[in-house]
Amino acid sequence: MATVTLENLRKSYGPTEVIHGVDIDIADGEFIVIVGPSGCGKSTLLRMVAGLERVSAGEVRIDGTRVNDVEPMDRNIAMVFQNYALYPHMSVFENMAYGLKIAGTPKPEIAERVSDAARLLQLEDYLGRRPRELSGGQRQRVAMGRAIVRKPAVFLFDEPLSNLDAKLRVQMRLEIKQLQRRLGVTALYVTHDQVEAMTLADRMVVMNAGVADQIGAPLEVYARPQTAFVAGFIGSPPTNFVAAQLLRPGAPDGARLGVRPEHVRVVSPGEGALQARVMYAEPLGAETLVHLKLADDALFTLRQDGTAPVPEEGAEIGLAWDDDAQMLFGPDDRRLQG
Amino acid sequence: MEKRVTFQGVLLPLLLVLPQIVVTAVFFFYPAGQAIWQSLFIPDPFGLSMRFVGLGNFEFLLSDPYYRASFVTTAIFSSLVTVVSMGVALYLAVLADRLIKGSGTYRTLLIWPYAVAPAVAGVLWLFMFNTRVGVVTWYLGLLGYDWNHVLNEGEAMGLVVVASAWGRISYNFLFFLAGLQAIPKSVIEAAAIDGARFWTRFRTIVFPLLSPTTFFLLVVNVVYAFFETFGVIHTITSGGPQQATTILVYKVFADGFVGQDLGSSAAQSVILLVVVSVLTVIQFKYIERRVHY
Ligand SMILES: Nc1ncnc2c1ncn2[C@@H]1O[C@H](COP(=O)(O)OP(=O)(O)OP(=O)(O)O)[C@@H](O)[C@H]1O
Ligand SMILES: [Mg+2]
Repeated sequence: MATVTLENLRKSYGPTEVIHGVDIDIADGEFIVIVGPSGCGKSTLLRMVAGLERVSAGEVRIDGTRVNDVEPMDRNIAMVFQNYALYPHMSVFENMAYGLKIAGTPKPEIAERVSDAARLLQLEDYLGRRPRELSGGQRQRVAMGRAIVRKPAVFLFDEPLSNLDAKLRVQMRLEIKQLQRRLGVTALYVTHDQVEAMTLADRMVVMNAGVADQIGAPLEVYARPQTAFVAGFIGSPPTNFVAAQLLRPGAPDGARLGVRPEHVRVVSPGEGALQARVMYAEPLGAETLVHLKLADDALFTLRQDGTAPVPEEGAEIGLAWDDDAQMLFGPDDRRLQG
Repeated sequence: MEKRVTFQGVLLPLLLVLPQIVVTAVFFFYPAGQAIWQSLFIPDPFGLSMRFVGLGNFEFLLSDPYYRASFVTTAIFSSLVTVVSMGVALYLAVLADRLIKGSGTYRTLLIWPYAVAPAVAGVLWLFMFNTRVGVVTWYLGLLGYDWNHVLNEGEAMGLVVVASAWGRISYNFLFFLAGLQAIPKSVIEAAAIDGARFWTRFRTIVFPLLSPTTFFLLVVNVVYAFFETFGVIHTITSGGPQQATTILVYKVFADGFVGQDLGSSAAQSVILLVVVSVLTVIQFKYIERRVHY
């Protein structure tokens, strides 16, 4: 159990900087999810915490101790890899016992800890099998088991569920969350899936091209995005943006207004803030997504209750929303007003 | 999906494999048959007639202390060549594997010795270790060591081992490097996080995962040391001193072409034929079940 602190953490490959100074303070036992699009530097960040990637500048501290130059094995962490990285020539038991054996743990204790973990992860019947004789979900569990038997201070996960099918992903997501709660271990979890991020995180870090755009509780980030990127990335379908000058004469050049699809109401043509033409509607049962085209051909999406009448294709409608639902972003994409 | 070309009829396919069959027949089946046939006879001193002796040549060989000594020499020689060439190759491959940039350059440089014919390699090493003008001999002399592989049996063995192993290092290196690079990086990283330092990782993860490559190379190198080192031995030591470097293949040549004892020489060839068949069977059996984890 430990705190993790990243201070002005940077990473360069040759002359290219890919992480541009990230600061995060992680409390003991907290579940932090790092989310962002492909290539934004999530894995690189995690691997610097693990010690698999050298830190170019800044500091990583685990439990207050600077670990920049500490080898991975001396950091008291465990990591679950996207491809699980199980040892293919060892049985499930040996995979889980490997770290303990190296640490010189007495045999009876190894057997006990492995069987505890196996019980927790429902792997008891598979201890003698090789990884290639397991299903994807079982392999994933073995990787988890290997991480928990060592009782590390910090868990690191790099997209551990991305190789599983949708249903298993939901199930494992729940199990990971429960496991982390039960063990009370600090966790750093990387994903590009915002649903995973929203459901797992105590706090989430939204990464954008090597910068942590916003750090906060999932609902807080959802409700009050600090940048246009966060507003666009978190939430599905994403936030609609329109040029601010369209609705607010006097707004700075390049400023944009953002409105989430669920905050938009349909009103009679000629009324509301914007006029739009219905392109097509996607009824999803509980809700309906309506895709619209604005006067300047920009696309706009609104989301309404599944029971509300679906506007006809080609129909002209007005769009309205409450003032406090709209978000103003400056030309630099930073949030200008609450 | 495997794509196969299927032929109608038998004539065209037969025609296509004919050259290979002819080559195999002329250069393998015919001489092998000859060897088996001749191993059953003893020619008279003038080579005018042959006397049938059945398995007499084999009985004589197996009770011949020189032939048995040659077996031991071959065992020592091929173990040393295999261990040295594979050990050095593995060491270099591990170093090159850690190096992401520039490993291509090393690979190219390291492959060169493979292109050198055994006899040429032999001459090369012979020059360096020549008892009178060899550059290495001279330096050893400066250090107070009197190198003379013409008289010293151990030194002679050492020299032919080094010269034979040298040419194999590049071949082994390429296979080891490919084997190392096929091990997923994340598995090594997982082991590092699990607490394994470099040597422990090598012992418990890398080497076991490399074992299919290692086994394959083991067989290939033993076969090489048995059969293809003739040129090296012929140029450097000619089997001497006192037959200290007369391996089985060299003895076939020495007894048959130099000693003109064709019956014994043929019997020795047959024994070697059996050895190489066994090695080949082992190799194929193993390669079939190659993926063992
Ligand atoms: N070894 C490397 N050399 C040079 N650039 C690298 C290296 N590794 C990663 N990068 C670059 O660093 C950036 C961040 O990579 P990283 O793997 O952290 O992305 P990611 O957020 O994990 O993406 P994904 O979701 O696709 O896994 C990318 O632009 C990538 O091209
Ligand atoms: Mg990644």
